Amino acid sequence: MRYAMAIDTKKCVGCSDCVVACQTENNVPHGYCRDWVVEVMDGTYPNLEMEIRSERCNHCDNSPCVRCCPTGASHYADGGIIKVKPHKCIGCGACIQSCPYDARYSHPDGYVDKCTFCKHRVDKGEDPSCVSVCPTNCMYFGDLDDPASDVSKALRNRKYKALAPEAGTKPQIFYLI
Amino acid sequence: MREEIFISGRNIPNIDPHLNIWHWQIPVYLFLGGLAAGILFFAALYTILGKEKQMPTTVKWATFLVPVALVLGLFALFLDLKHKLYFWQLYTTVRFESPMSWGAWVLMIITPLSMIWCATYIKELIPKWDWKFEFLNKFEKFAIANRKPMAWALLILSVILGIYTGILLSAFNARPLWNTSILGPLFLVSGLSTGAAAIMWMSKDHFERTLMSKIDLMLIMIELFFITHLFMGFLASSAVQIQAVGLFLGGQFTVSFWVFVVILGLVFPAVLEIMKLRGYKIPVAIPAFLILFGGLMFRFIMVEAGQITRYLY
Repeated sequence: MRYAMAIDTKKCVGCSDCVVACQTENNVPHGYCRDWVVEVMDGTYPNLEMEIRSERCNHCDNSPCVRCCPTGASHYADGGIIKVKPHKCIGCGACIQSCPYDARYSHPDGYVDKCTFCKHRVDKGEDPSCVSVCPTNCMYFGDLDDPASDVSKALRNRKYKALAPEAGTKPQIFYLI
Repeated sequence: MREEIFISGRNIPNIDPHLNIWHWQIPVYLFLGGLAAGILFFAALYTILGKEKQMPTTVKWATFLVPVALVLGLFALFLDLKHKLYFWQLYTTVRFESPMSWGAWVLMIITPLSMIWCATYIKELIPKWDWKFEFLNKFEKFAIANRKPMAWALLILSVILGIYTGILLSAFNARPLWNTSILGPLFLVSGLSTGAAAIMWMSKDHFERTLMSKIDLMLIMIELFFITHLFMGFLASSAVQIQAVGLFLGGQFTVSFWVFVVILGLVFPAVLEIMKLRGYKIPVAIPAFLILFGGLMFRFIMVEAGQITRYLY
């Protein structure tokens, strides 16, 4: 099992609904967020092209945050989801330094917090809250090993990219382009 | 061409607009750890070489700084933790993939060992010293009889401690400015150099001072070579690293790095030491202080600048 997400940059309008849904679902402290929206404008005026991406932890296959964690608080959960055990985390910040996507933050309570792919929902067979709330249906979540999953189907017919693959982390969030 | 990039809904404390999760505690610890490693290395080396008589400051007196430096450094590390009461989780597991984990274990061994080392010399420093308990007297005799094996252990552990301060940073692939394998040797040499400077400053003996001064001079030369090597490596590397090293070549850390680290911290004390060896009268405190100051500045700048460098945006 390998959970992954595909996000259609052609359908995303950058409404930030995913950000708010995540903050509500996961009770993210005020001023923090586990996902965010990036708008990139390329080209020279008037020939411009805009790409909108909803970004979050990439749940990498080769996760530097799990590797550098001195206590084993950061770990691979079922399906390759990267999670943090708050009662094992000492708040040293090593994993925050190690993440090329800056997807982790120090929770006001001291431990490090991040996107969990809404594991509590996924375990019940539901989609992560960001995916389920998206008004343009531009996000696809599922098991890459299952050819019938939403994410496998989305990746089959489209060109896609990952962010900073040169960092060697094998990211598992794919952007349809 | 990139016209603009806009990140909405994100203004996380200490992460945006650029990472700033490690503050003064980390460079202070890296400095104190390197200093302790340097002093212990020379103490162990000259014990193994059987030069206790000629090098009393190196082998005996300077080592009293080590437990102080290590305890203060560990305290700084503790202050840096955000989930402080869980710090003991470090010692419930050994994770070889994580430099911080094996670094924590090395500190756990080397700190008490350096205290025992000092304890074997405390009666020479304070003749009236009394251990009060008989078992402590027995332990002291045992430790004094085993100084040579202890020196071997300290020699190896001090090198690991010194190189660890660099590897801690170089293991982070996500920060291009740190992600270079020369950083470990560079921090080790810098640590040895600050250790030698501290010994030189403390020593009253002409022979010992001159020897430490020559060693320090050699270490500064190696350090300058490593720094050149660092820049060559970066400039011949990937786009993110070329961009990262730009911080020192025209970017915001250019002045602080070249003035405080390279000129005041390395080149100027080297010139002073050469002049001193040639017979000019220069107070030892000046080059020694500059080397220590340069070492501290180097760590502050590397930690601060490294956190700014990144892959995305």
